[in-house]
Amino acid sequence: MTGDATGQQGIRVREPLIFEKSRPGRRATAQAPAAAAEHALPAAFLRDDTPVLPEVSELQVVRHFTRLSQQNFSIDTHFYPLGSCTMKYNPRACNTLAMLPGFLDRHPLAPAEFGQGFLACMYELQEMLKAVTGMKAVSLTPMAGAQGEFAGVAMIRAYHAARGEAHRNEIIVPDAAHGTNPATATMCGCVVKELPTRDDGDVDLDALRRAVGPNTAGIMLTNPSTLGVFERHIREVAATVHDAGGLLYYDGANLNAILGKVLPGDMGFDVIHMNLHKTFSTPHGGGGPGSGAVGVGQRLAPFLPVPVVGREERDGKPFYRWLTEEDLPQTIGPLSAFMGNAGVLLRAYVYMRMLGREGMRRVAEFATLNANYLAKRLAEEGFTLAFPERRASHEFIVTLKREAKTVGLTAMDLAKALLDRGFHAPTTYFPLLVPECLLIEPTETETRETLDRFVDAMVAIAREAESDIERVKAAPRSTPVRRLDDVQAARRLDLAWRAPPAG
Amino acid sequence: MPFIPHTGDDVAAMLATIGVPDIDTLFDEIPRDLRVDGIPGVPEALSEMEIARLMHERAAQDAGMLSFLGAGAYAHHVPAVVWEIATRGEFYSAYTPYQAEASQGTLQPIYEYQSMMTALTGLDVSNASLYDGASALAEAALMAVRANRSVDSTRVLLAAGVNPRYRQVAQAIAGHQGLTFERLPLDAAHGVTDLDGLDEGGEPPVAVVVQQPSFFGTLEPMDALTDWAHRRGALVIAVVNPTSLAILKPPGAWGQKGADIACGEGQPLGIPLSSGGPYFGFMTCRQALVRQMPGRIVGRTTDVDGTPGYTLTLQAREQHIRRSKATSNICTNQGLMVTAATIYLSLVGAEGLARVASTSVARTRELAAMLTAVPGVRRRFDGPHFHEITLELDRPVAPVLSGLARAGILGGLDLSRTFPELGNALLVCATETKTEGDLRRYAEALAEAMRT
Amino acid sequence: MSELPGDLLYTSEHEWLRKEEDGSITVGITEYAQAQLGDLVYIELPEVGAEVDEGGEMAVVESVKAASDVYAPVSGTVVEVNTALVDDPEKVNSDPYGEGWMVRLEPSGEGTGEAMDPDAYQELLDELES
Repeated sequence: MTGDATGQQGIRVREPLIFEKSRPGRRATAQAPAAAAEHALPAAFLRDDTPVLPEVSELQVVRHFTRLSQQNFSIDTHFYPLGSCTMKYNPRACNTLAMLPGFLDRHPLAPAEFGQGFLACMYELQEMLKAVTGMKAVSLTPMAGAQGEFAGVAMIRAYHAARGEAHRNEIIVPDAAHGTNPATATMCGCVVKELPTRDDGDVDLDALRRAVGPNTAGIMLTNPSTLGVFERHIREVAATVHDAGGLLYYDGANLNAILGKVLPGDMGFDVIHMNLHKTFSTPHGGGGPGSGAVGVGQRLAPFLPVPVVGREERDGKPFYRWLTEEDLPQTIGPLSAFMGNAGVLLRAYVYMRMLGREGMRRVAEFATLNANYLAKRLAEEGFTLAFPERRASHEFIVTLKREAKTVGLTAMDLAKALLDRGFHAPTTYFPLLVPECLLIEPTETETRETLDRFVDAMVAIAREAESDIERVKAAPRSTPVRRLDDVQAARRLDLAWRAPPAG
Repeated sequence: MPFIPHTGDDVAAMLATIGVPDIDTLFDEIPRDLRVDGIPGVPEALSEMEIARLMHERAAQDAGMLSFLGAGAYAHHVPAVVWEIATRGEFYSAYTPYQAEASQGTLQPIYEYQSMMTALTGLDVSNASLYDGASALAEAALMAVRANRSVDSTRVLLAAGVNPRYRQVAQAIAGHQGLTFERLPLDAAHGVTDLDGLDEGGEPPVAVVVQQPSFFGTLEPMDALTDWAHRRGALVIAVVNPTSLAILKPPGAWGQKGADIACGEGQPLGIPLSSGGPYFGFMTCRQALVRQMPGRIVGRTTDVDGTPGYTLTLQAREQHIRRSKATSNICTNQGLMVTAATIYLSLVGAEGLARVASTSVARTRELAAMLTAVPGVRRRFDGPHFHEITLELDRPVAPVLSGLARAGILGGLDLSRTFPELGNALLVCATETKTEGDLRRYAEALAEAMRT
Repeated sequence: MSELPGDLLYTSEHEWLRKEEDGSITVGITEYAQAQLGDLVYIELPEVGAEVDEGGEMAVVESVKAASDVYAPVSGTVVEVNTALVDDPEKVNSDPYGEGWMVRLEPSGEGTGEAMDPDAYQELLDELES
C-alpha cells in the first residue's frame, strides 16, 4: 500500500489470524532450547493444560507480520497530518544507535559504574530538555504524556501539601483541553473546574478570575492551545493563577510550534511535560512507547519523580548515578519499576544531538511555515478555517460545518475519502468545541509538493461531494477493510480469538 | 538542516502565498518579550557520523558484563525476526489506529496479542497494554476499587512476595485516590506468604495481590490465598511472569473461582533489557469486569461488505470521551512492544515458551547448587523456586558483588537494604541464555571473592 | 419531529418521568437524547436498593462516541431496573419512551423536582434546534 503517488491504489491484502494458520505440532524450532528441561516443580503449581498459542513456522511468522505491516499507513509510507500528534520523520539513526548491543543488553539494575555510557546520554538529555524549556530540573521517568501529566499534577499537590495547604484540590482546565487533562486531575484526587474558551481562541480571562480561589491547586494549559493558536494573554493567565496561590502546568503536546522560540519557563509555567514521541521524534510505534519527561521550576524541583540522573566528580572525571528517594526525600515517588522508557530516551537524545541548537529552532520555524502555507492554500480553495484571523501555530483547524449542511460532507467522510487518495486523515472531531473539525498538522519534515498534493486531494473530494455525495460516503474503497461497524464491535464484544470447538 | 527538505525557492514561494515577508512574521502573535533568540544551552548539531561514533563509544563502555540479575527484568533469547519485523517503518512510524481502515496492520496484531494473553493467563479479556508491570498493578488496584461493589474499602493487601518497587509505584499512583497497600506476613523459612499469619481483622480488603513467582523466586500458595481473599469479599489481582505461565497454573485457574485480574511485566516476551525500558504492562480480567478495565481494547467486527476487521472498541471508558470520569488517563501505551511480543509468542509458541521456562528453572537450580557449594553461601529459603533464588551469605553482600564485578560478573541483586530481616541476602537469576561455562565461571569467581 | 408523549414529564437533562399508580416514578431518556447519543452499546444501570439524590448520577448510557450520565430527577430509592437493556441497549434508541425505560424509583419526597410538562420541554427543544 503506497501513498503520495497520484492515481495509485493499494493492493488489498487480506490476512487471516495467525491462529488460523496454525497446525498442531508445527514449530519454529530454531527459537527455543532443543529439548525441554526437567523443572522438577511440584504438580500443585503447574497448569494442567497447554495455553493456546500459535503453532507455525518461522517463515509463516515473517510472512504474516510483514503482510500485516503492509496494511498500515505510516509516516514512512504516507503523509500523516494527524493534528496534535506531530507525525514527523523518525530518523533511522535514532533507532540503530539506541539498539547498539551495549545499550540493549544492559540490565536496569546493573550498578552505575557499568552504565556510564548510558547515564551520560541520559544526563545530557536532561540538560538539553532544561535548556529548551527554560526549566530548572527534569525527570525522564514518565512513560508517556499522560504519565507526565500525572507527575505534574501530583507534584503540584505535593507542593501545596508541604506548605500546609493540602485543601487546594481544584484544577482548572480549559474546555478545549485534551481529555487526558481532566482525567489526570481526577486520578490525582482533584476536582476539575472547566474554563470556557473565547471565540477568538484565547482563554476567557474574566471567567478565569472568577474560577480561582483559595482551593485552587493549579491550571493545566497547552500553549499553543489545542485550537492551534497561541494563548496571547498567557502572562495575565499566569499572574491570575499565581496570585491566587495556584501553580501553572504546561501540557507540552504542542511544543513543536515554539521549540527554540519561546521557553515555557518564561511564560510562567511551573511544570511542563514533553511528549518525546511527538516533538523529539521518537517512534509512534502504533500507539507507543512514548515518553513524557517533565521539567519543573525551582519550586517543584524537590518533588520530581525518581529516579533522576545526577552528576558528580570522581577522580577529576564526571561520574553519573541515579538519584533516588534518599537524594530526593520529598519526591512524589517512582512511576515505573525501573527508570522509564530508556530506549525511547536514547532515541530522543540522538535526535536532539543531530538537530543541535540551530536545528531545533528550525523545527518550530518550518513546522509553522508549513502549517500557515497549508492553511492559506486550503482557505483559498474555499475551506473554512476555524480561526481565519489568527496565525496558525504548527497546526490549524478546518471546519466542515458548512459543507455538512449544504451537501452532507462530514469530517468523517472527508477523512475516509483521503485514505483512498493515499493520505492519512488529519485528527477529526477534536477539539470538541469546533463542529465537524479537522485538526491538521503537517510538521516540518514534509515538502511543499506533498502539501500541494494534499490540497489537491481535499479539493477533489469537496468537488466530488457536491456532485456525488454518496460516492464520498462510500469511502474508503481501496483500504484492506472498508468502514467498520463500531456499534457491533461494542455491542457484541469479540475481544479474543477462541479455538472453534473440536469435532 | 537535518530532516527539513525546504530549499530557498520553496521558502520564498510559500512566504509569498501566505503573504508575509519572512518566517519570523509568522510568530508575531507571540509577545516580543517572550521570544528567545535561540537555545544556548544546547550544543551544536552533530552529523550522523559524529553522533554514531559517540554512541558506539558509550555503548562499548557499558558492554561486556556477564549478568545474573533478574528482579523483574529477565534476559531471554530474542529471536532476530522479532525486531527485524517490529522496526519495519509501517509498524515503527504508524500511530494510534484512529482510522481503523488504514491501521489493520496495527489492530490485527493487537487482537492476536489479546488472544494470546488471555490464553496464557486463563482469563477472558485483555487490554492492548499499559506502561509496565508496576504501573499495571496500580491500575489493577484502581480497577478493583471500581469493580468491587460489595466492599466499600480502599484497602489493598499484598502477598509477602510482591515486588517492593511495585508497591511503591502503586502507592505513588493510586495513593491519590485513597488506596492503601499493606504487606501480608512472610513465612521466613519458605519465603512465601505466611498462611498462618493471615489476620481477619481490620477493614475488609477490596483486593488481594499475589505475585507468582514471588519477588524472591519462590512459589506462593496461590490457591489458598485466592480462596481466602474471595471469602473476605476481595477481588484477587495476580501479578505474574508471562514466561512462567507456559508451565505454571494460570491465574484464571487459581483457587475455586480463579483470580479476577491478572497483570504483570511483559518484558520477558521478546523485549530486550535496554536499561529498564521500554517494556510493557499487560492486564487481563474476567469478562464481567471488562468495562472497568483501563487502556485500549481492540475488538473484531465486520465492515460494510461483511469483511472481518479490527477496531478500537469500548472507547467510552477512555480519557478522550469520558474525560474526568475515565477509567484512567492512559492514551499512548507501549504499542511497538506489544507488536514485538506478539511476534515473539508466535515464534516460540506454547512448546517453545515452556522450554524457555523449564530450561531457566533448571539453570537456576544448577547455579544454586554450584554457588551453595562455596563455603559461606546457603539457600535462604526452603521449597521450590522458579528461575530466581535468594541466597544468604555469611558476610555483607556489597563487597562480594564488587569482587565479582571486577571479574566481569554482575552477581545479582543485594536484598540486604530493602529486606534487612533476611540478613545478607542476594537474589540470583539464571535463564536459558546461560551456559554450563557461564555458571562455572560465576561459581569460581564467587569462591575467589569469598576467599578474601 | 415526533410527538412528545403527553402523559410524561421532562427534565432539562433530557430525561422523561412517569408517575405510576403506586407512587413510584419510571425514568428514561427522551427521543432527542437518544438521537444525540447515536447507537447505544451499553447501559450501566444502578443496583436495586441504591439511594439516589435529585440531580445526582443514576445511570450511564454509552454509545460508540460518547458516554453520558443519566441524572435522577428526584431523590429516592431504586426499586426496579430494566434488565432487558443489558443485552439489548438498542431498545433505548428504538423505543425510548416504552421498552427503553431504565429505572423505577420510590421517591423519598413529594413532587417531581424540576421536571416540566411536555409543552415546556418542547420549547426547550425548539430553542436548541435554532
